[in-house]
Amino acid sequence: MAELSINENVMDLTPEGPRLKGMRCKNCNNHVFPMQKGCPKCTSDDVEEVHLGTKGTLWAWTIQGFPPKAPPYLGETDPSKFEPYGVGYVELPGELKVESRLTVADPTALKSGMEMELVGEKIGKDEEGNDLITFAFAPV
Amino acid sequence: MSDDVAIVGIGMHPFGRHEGVSGMEQGAAAIRTACADANVKWADLEFAFGGSVAAGNPDSMVSQMGLTGLQFINVVNGCATGGSALISAYNTIKSGAFDLGLAIGFDKHERGAFRVNTGKSGERDWYGGSGMALTTQFFGMKINRYMEEYGITQDALARVSAKAFRNGSMNENAWRRQALSEKEVLQSAMLSYPLTQYMFCSPGEGGVALILARADKAHKYTKNPIFLKSAVVRSRRYGSFEVLAPSLALDYADGPTVDASQKAFEAAGVGPKDIDVAQLQDTESGAEIMHMAENGFCEHGEQEAMLANGDTEITGRLPVNTDGGCLANGEPVGASGLRQVYENVLQLRGDAGKRQVPNDPKVAYTHVYGAPGISGVTILST
Repeated sequence: MAELSINENVMDLTPEGPRLKGMRCKNCNNHVFPMQKGCPKCTSDDVEEVHLGTKGTLWAWTIQGFPPKAPPYLGETDPSKFEPYGVGYVELPGELKVESRLTVADPTALKSGMEMELVGEKIGKDEEGNDLITFAFAPV
Repeated sequence: MSDDVAIVGIGMHPFGRHEGVSGMEQGAAAIRTACADANVKWADLEFAFGGSVAAGNPDSMVSQMGLTGLQFINVVNGCATGGSALISAYNTIKSGAFDLGLAIGFDKHERGAFRVNTGKSGERDWYGGSGMALTTQFFGMKINRYMEEYGITQDALARVSAKAFRNGSMNENAWRRQALSEKEVLQSAMLSYPLTQYMFCSPGEGGVALILARADKAHKYTKNPIFLKSAVVRSRRYGSFEVLAPSLALDYADGPTVDASQKAFEAAGVGPKDIDVAQLQDTESGAEIMHMAENGFCEHGEQEAMLANGDTEITGRLPVNTDGGCLANGEPVGASGLRQVYENVLQLRGDAGKRQVPNDPKVAYTHVYGAPGISGVTILST
């Protein structure tokens, strides 16, 4: 079975790893994730799709301590098997802050300003049994 | 004075869980109480604005209230749904279109955290599917960062919750009426670090109705009208840090609360020091702390000392969430903003019983905040 992007409109799986697909405004250089067709900063619609950077710093974080509801959640929802996971905003220099799962769920191991990089993470399976890959940030 | 607006009747269906009672029936019960309070009949009402997010189209309640042909408009506006119904009613009277009408909000949500489906048709919902799209995470992240920046402690978070449940224990319409100690709050399950179970409110059920009239006709209906001095809703600006945002700008801007608050004070011609009692959005205990500063009642970071001093207790210098807030009442989204106004009307009338703010309060403030980055403020006076 193959590994597939959770959604090809927001993330490509490349040989070098996952790449997030965002919007760059050609008028004011503002970035938004995921891709959209207008810029909320300057209101221009002259925008393009770009791969966002893969390295950044942690800006805000929390730890998801209970299983989210399914749907929409694709991961483990059985309370006896659920493992808490980190969620945070990672600031990608010159682009934006992106919300993401974090590979770390220990509050003593997370600190604003720490260096992070983008990785893929298995979240569930599609109807045909392929692994669905979403994105996460891991400490460098 | 003829363009001023008065609240002349209030009604509430208790908040909580009501098996077998629909959200709309809870709304209808609130309307009947409000009509009795204002000595008016349903048939006297010229217009209504109704808000509900998850309990049906409010205007369909005319089939149980009475088919009188009144203008009935539904309002859905995220967490400011109830507040937006009130603002619409306020503006309708101010415009001169009608003299007497209703703002009604009710809701009934499933148990547990709000389920937010963010998928587009024909696409896999990557956002909720990946385990984001939870409002609880936003509140955890925002207060975690705020605590680091301004030196707020977990003890302060616990003080807010303990106050809410203490105030809720004096409110017969509240959902959670059992006082809890700060220790019990801190030791409950960690839901979204640094926030524990008893630091979060829960989606719930309930209904609130307010009858509004032209101020110069208010004494026809009640001996103690409460005047709505301003009512403002604002959406977010570029750079603000909001709930359910897959990405944020590098620039940082104040949230919609700051804008709504400033405009409401300006329109009412009063300032934060004039406020005798305030109901501030407390989706979780950290939100109340941040909203104290965002609404202009203190500087960022001063909340730690204010809470330790008891400044926001019913007997303090700025009582906050005297009815137990969202923490003790739960959050039926369509009704929540109207609950705050209901409580302030009781306080300004001197009818709040065991939880009455002393020294005859004259000016009262409400504030709602929520998805997708929206805030509503009202200022009431005697």
